[in-house]
Amino acid sequence: MRSVGKSFGDVPALQNLDLVAPTGRITVLLGPNGAGKTTAVRVMTGAMTPDAGSIRTLGHDPERHGEDIRASIGVVSAKPALYDRLSGRDNLVYAARLHGVVPAFIDSRIAESAGRFGISHALDKQVGGYSTGMKTRLALARSVLHEPELLLFDEPTSGLDPESAQAVLALIREMTHDGRTVIMCTHHLVEAEGLADHVVVLDAGTDLVAGAPDALVHQYWPDELVDISVGAGAVSSAGLELISGVRGVQQTADGIRVMIDDQSVTPDIVAALVRSGVRVARVSPREPSLEELYFAVRRTARELGESRLSLSVSR
Amino acid sequence: MNWNRTFTIARTDLRQLVLARDFWLPMTILGSIFFVIVPAFLLIGISSLGDVGAVQQISDTLSLLPQKAQDQILGDSPQGRTSYALAVYLFAPMAVVVPLTISTAVGAATLVGERERGTGEFLAHSPASTREIYLGKLLASLVPGYVTTMVGFGAYSLIVNLIVGPQVGGWFFPTAQWWLLMLWVLPGFLLVGLSLVLRMSGKVKSTAAAQQASGLITLPLIGVAYAQASGAIYGSASTTIIIGAITWTIGLLSTARGMSGVKRQRLLGVADGV
Repeated sequence: MRSVGKSFGDVPALQNLDLVAPTGRITVLLGPNGAGKTTAVRVMTGAMTPDAGSIRTLGHDPERHGEDIRASIGVVSAKPALYDRLSGRDNLVYAARLHGVVPAFIDSRIAESAGRFGISHALDKQVGGYSTGMKTRLALARSVLHEPELLLFDEPTSGLDPESAQAVLALIREMTHDGRTVIMCTHHLVEAEGLADHVVVLDAGTDLVAGAPDALVHQYWPDELVDISVGAGAVSSAGLELISGVRGVQQTADGIRVMIDDQSVTPDIVAALVRSGVRVARVSPREPSLEELYFAVRRTARELGESRLSLSVSR
Repeated sequence: MNWNRTFTIARTDLRQLVLARDFWLPMTILGSIFFVIVPAFLLIGISSLGDVGAVQQISDTLSLLPQKAQDQILGDSPQGRTSYALAVYLFAPMAVVVPLTISTAVGAATLVGERERGTGEFLAHSPASTREIYLGKLLASLVPGYVTTMVGFGAYSLIVNLIVGPQVGGWFFPTAQWWLLMLWVLPGFLLVGLSLVLRMSGKVKSTAAAQQASGLITLPLIGVAYAQASGAIYGSASTTIIIGAITWTIGLLSTARGMSGVKRQRLLGVADGV
């Protein structure tokens, strides 16, 4: 997507959005409610027409080649969008036929995907009687029936208990094993952690930053960190700033956070603290989480008043 | 245009209707009242009426019918002629009212219902074009009304022939005019009504609003259909064919406009101003 804009009346949903999803990877669109994640998915499939900008999905313009694109995409929306009066099997048959699965293969595809998502036993039951978790599994099974190249998941764990959510995320991870591209929207940072190969942080319809999680973390925290919990003693007298390899020291609630070149300097820091009489309770080499990154990005955006941040924004 | 997808949408909608007892039970009752209970009650009443004076009075009113229609009335006795006239002429408009009522009730909820249930999201992201979706929905709305009417028509024919037949020299129903009405004029009227109702269903915000609005569309249409069905039965075969042709033309034009009027993003429940 390049400079995509979309408004509903006077309310902008997407503003100058740039988004690239690498092939065969999981891209996570991260943002609060109203950030434009769902609208982004909708314009990708051609279900919605943008007011401005250009979009290429699987190399084609969704406005002109929407039918072809949608035939190669599997979508799971926040609400599973299933027909409650029909059985699970009927829902899958409907989707398979609409997506042009060859009739002779429909039964085997249904059996395969239902088995994969653990709903074989419930296929002939009315969907209205399914639990939320079962519905999500059925929606996931439906999304892969036609073997799509691109999978779009919009808050797929919405309404699920933590155990079911974990299972769904594991299934999503598994889907990329055969080379599929996945784009997943979520506002649950913990879901994106460990799942995302590529992250796009959205806010107010705009991409704030995008990149691989490690690269983003490195951009925001170029130094390595070590958190040290301390008891009694004056940290300031330890002279940590004078140690070679130490780039800065911050106070935290229960001690200090030290910015360092690499972790090899940690023993020197601990030794200096002990020498100056500081009681060291715990030493934790720290890797910033995606959650920290997310909040850092949003905080920086607010501070700078910029709608899009360069990856090289310094902190 | 992929007809397989159109038929898939229609078939799936029909399957959901069949599974919805709260839909087909009232539909069956409505069809039974119009095609079986009321005609049987009236025709048996006339046939077994002992008061010769009353029958003669009713029979005299037949002189108000067009001469061509009067010439076609069979039967030697006043009772036979009255029963024949009731069977052939009085119930013709009902054959139009029943399918229009049923089909527009289905059609009104079809597109807006997808949006309300959230399933519109699935359709919007599917490869089906808006034309295929519109036509699939139109078929799914047309079939229940038309099938109910044809089944009711079969039952009505049987009742009429059993009750009135012996008085007019044997089985006589359906007449050629009725065949034309059922197979040529009626589908045209359904097409006109449904094409309008579906366009409206794609634009309103809720099923309740759709039902209200469809009433506004179908009531005048039922009035027109009522008059035209009567005309088709009273008039000559060529009149019936012309009425049907006009109806089909309007229906096809309206359908073509309706197909281009469906917007994919309206299935999502999001549209400009919605």
